[in-house]
Amino acid sequence: MAFDYDKYIRPGKLPHIWCPGCGHGIVMKGLIRAIDTVGLDTKNTAIVSGIGCASRLPGYMDCCTLHTAHGRAAAFATGVKMAKPEMDVILVGGDGDGTAIGGNHFIHACRRNINMTYIILNNKIYGMTGGQFSPATPTGAKASTTPYGNPDPAFDIAKLAIGAGATFVARGTSFHANQIDKLIAEAIQHKGFSVVEILDDCPTTYGRRNKFKSVVEMMNHLKDIAVPVKAAEKMSPEQLEGKILTGVLFKEERPEYTSEYAKVIERAKAAK
Amino acid sequence: MEKKLPTIEIIEKYCKGCHICVEFCPTKVLEMQGFVAAVKNLDACIKCMQCELRCPDFAIKVTP
Repeated sequence: MAFDYDKYIRPGKLPHIWCPGCGHGIVMKGLIRAIDTVGLDTKNTAIVSGIGCASRLPGYMDCCTLHTAHGRAAAFATGVKMAKPEMDVILVGGDGDGTAIGGNHFIHACRRNINMTYIILNNKIYGMTGGQFSPATPTGAKASTTPYGNPDPAFDIAKLAIGAGATFVARGTSFHANQIDKLIAEAIQHKGFSVVEILDDCPTTYGRRNKFKSVVEMMNHLKDIAVPVKAAEKMSPEQLEGKILTGVLFKEERPEYTSEYAKVIERAKAAK
Repeated sequence: MEKKLPTIEIIEKYCKGCHICVEFCPTKVLEMQGFVAAVKNLDACIKCMQCELRCPDFAIKVTP
């Protein structure tokens, strides 16, 4: 039987605003399947986002949703989680929203290890505002503000999350649509701050400027550069040149913030 | 024995014509008719569900 996405989508909201071929729709489908697999109660699930193309996603989801200031999804979500620790909180945002404008909030949410899931849809560019380069734009790539090629090196968002202290970090691509829901489901079930980076395609503002003829070509490029973590163990550094690792990259157990904070409250009460 | 054919429903209102379903169908069941996808050869469908899985616009529903 075909999967029924409609029961998780707000009635009358489709068609969505994303461009033809934009991978955000594929990731949204993955998120819906993950929510269904884990069996989250939509009335007890908060989806929080900032501003941007990817951040429009919660508007279509029939859950508790919060569309906040640019880059501040992690800050607002922390508030939701602290006020209602029993709620499942999922953050959605783009690479610019999460790592440039909200970079500070992102690293500190990682450091605190608060039990939330951050899905970063990395399309390597600021799509909504006209294709300016973001911290995830690869060196040499063209954007509307770097017409002669981007001189900056790009962030490796997964490594950034691991370095900042996230306890579950995974990476997928919009080509590997089957894998997205499995990664997100595992991230939701992990107790601690989980980051899932999905490499996405933006045919409108990134693809056209960087000589991708079609969205299919962009997707096949993602297929070519993605290497599963297990396969990468057997490969030499030369073979891994220019490739990106996909799958669960990092996982560890560490005390979670809301339960640690509950202990602080207990200590404060006892001290009276 | 007669092969049971699936039904492929394409919601034309949602389809933005990105070609993803047409290109990634392994048996070339779908084609573009103008700006939207359409079923061309339902007999060839192997019910792999790739079109439904990859459609970014929630426009394809396959019932095997």
